[in-house]
Amino acid sequence: MGKHLVAIFLSFILMPWSALAVAKQVELVGAGATFPYPLYSKMFYSYWKTTGIKVNYQPIGSGGGIRQLTNLTVDFGGSDAFMSDEALAKAQAKILHIPICLGAVVLTYNLPGNPEIKCTPNVVADIFLGKIRRWNDKRIEEINPGIKFPKIDIMVIHRSDGSGTTFVFTDYLAKVSKEWDGKVGSGKAVNWPVGLGAKGNTGVTGLIKHLPGTVGYTELGYALLNRMPAALLMNKHGRFITPSTASVTRAAAVPLPNDTRLTITNADAPDGYPLGGFTWVLVYREQAYKKRSMEKATELVKLLWWMTHEAQRYTEPLHYGQLPEQAREKAEKIIKSIIYDGEPILQ
Amino acid sequence: MANLFSSKPKVLSRTRGLWAEAAFQKTLSISALAILVLLTAIFLSLLIHSSPSLKAFGLTFFFSQTWDPVSSRFGALVFFVGTLLTSFLALLICLPFSLAISIFIGEYFREGILSSILKQVTELLAGIPSVIYGFWGLFVLVPIVRDLEIKLGILPHGVGILAASLILSVMVIPYAASISREVIALVPSDIKEAGYSLGATRQEVVTKIILPYAGSGIMAGTLLALGRALGETMAVTMVIGNSNILPHSIFSPGNTMASVIANEFTEATGRLYLSSLIEIGLLLFLVALTINFIGRYIIKKVSIRA
Repeated sequence: MGKHLVAIFLSFILMPWSALAVAKQVELVGAGATFPYPLYSKMFYSYWKTTGIKVNYQPIGSGGGIRQLTNLTVDFGGSDAFMSDEALAKAQAKILHIPICLGAVVLTYNLPGNPEIKCTPNVVADIFLGKIRRWNDKRIEEINPGIKFPKIDIMVIHRSDGSGTTFVFTDYLAKVSKEWDGKVGSGKAVNWPVGLGAKGNTGVTGLIKHLPGTVGYTELGYALLNRMPAALLMNKHGRFITPSTASVTRAAAVPLPNDTRLTITNADAPDGYPLGGFTWVLVYREQAYKKRSMEKATELVKLLWWMTHEAQRYTEPLHYGQLPEQAREKAEKIIKSIIYDGEPILQ
Repeated sequence: MANLFSSKPKVLSRTRGLWAEAAFQKTLSISALAILVLLTAIFLSLLIHSSPSLKAFGLTFFFSQTWDPVSSRFGALVFFVGTLLTSFLALLICLPFSLAISIFIGEYFREGILSSILKQVTELLAGIPSVIYGFWGLFVLVPIVRDLEIKLGILPHGVGILAASLILSVMVIPYAASISREVIALVPSDIKEAGYSLGATRQEVVTKIILPYAGSGIMAGTLLALGRALGETMAVTMVIGNSNILPHSIFSPGNTMASVIANEFTEATGRLYLSSLIEIGLLLFLVALTINFIGRYIIKKVSIRA
């Protein structure tokens, strides 16, 4: 009896490995940003249906994705924030950034009747700095004629966990406000001068929905899903832009550097929504590392090509911004530069 | 007769029995040692991984209020205060309830359906996943606290130290109550009978004999419950407000050590940031360990007396 139990136990432990040994099919493993996870799981599912190639993506956060890639435990990493020059220099080999889609961050709030409000960059910065403390502040009323604001305190809600959404938002604030840049700065987690923290997009939307007088930032998809209002933001050209997947794609239609490492907040696009950013897949340029097979490298490159081309049709329905033409061209060049043992994989 | 004792199978089974005995003993001692090794290993790995921040900040880490990942300046005071404040407040709130439950089950109704139902229900409380407490807190408790704050004329956050302490107190009641109950049941019946024979009422026996006798044991039970409150993460992070500013009243939002680790660990890039989070883990480990040791020491003293 005891021996049987041991045998059963051992077979359970060994099962995953034996299954892998039987199925010779290439399986790609990725890990990283949680933000594009819904899109990636949709993409990878239909990729598996059409090609039979399994892609396993673990949404452990951008930082975790970069760590896993540098530890060589995954085939690709996902990140909402690009790696700094310093971090890239520290990596053992050249890492490439391939843009996959765009995300928009919206300013959402809880006011009686939830009117559609407009915001200028200075007002947003001063609310999050704690300088504008009440909803009926003159500066808010000035840009929103016709809306009656209640005489209640503004309660700021921010993310308590480190996140790419916070990075996009604080990067925007640091660009539009010198004071924010000096006092707080930008990052995935910052030292917030005011407000309450909530975990994840769901936490932020939950808290805003439950507390009147709150204002916070969240990803576009979450605001739409929860039927929450989203403020119109004034862009660099002085126009108030409604947040949408289309308007954030327009914002990304700006000259990009060749490695696509650029934040597109407060971008110089006339009709672009100023609060958005790319999300990237990170891979090593030289794919012949740690005894990886040529086959695996080829499949990875094929997948990346598919993600930046055919799979773009999955972006809009899931509230992600499509890659603009220029970004796709840059992505093509980067994918073509991937090599195996010095030889380019894609001709 | 002689071959009865020298029969081969018997000798074999005898040696087999000895071998099994030795193996059994070995297994036990190895498992026991493994726990000790594990604990030391956890402590050492925390210490090693937090060394960059230990070196960079030294003692100021424990007194600094700033937690700024952008400029890489880290201090644990806000989280340390938040943890201790919520835990002790939770203990204070839970004490009357856990005491009442333990006196009720331990003295008034030791047997019977009512006491077994009550016992089961209290223990069930310990089995509820903490995320469920968190949701309940966010949707039920926070609006109540918010209404209270509106009545008192304070900025109505709803979330904050008070909401977190209330949730924690519900969560630690089963731990505090079960140990207190056992200590109360341990009070020798001859002392109690002596009390009754002198004409004491039941209430007098409870307050003048049982509670003084079991007092330190009850305190130890509560201290062990505190260990649970210190490390609680999920439920607390959902209702505490996660604001890295030193709380100035029980209505202010705050943050705890466990909560900041859970929140920021996944996206912590940079060596100093990561090692500062690990140093908070080390601090939490030491605080929990200290409180557990004190609790066990008191229990030991009590059980010798009883």
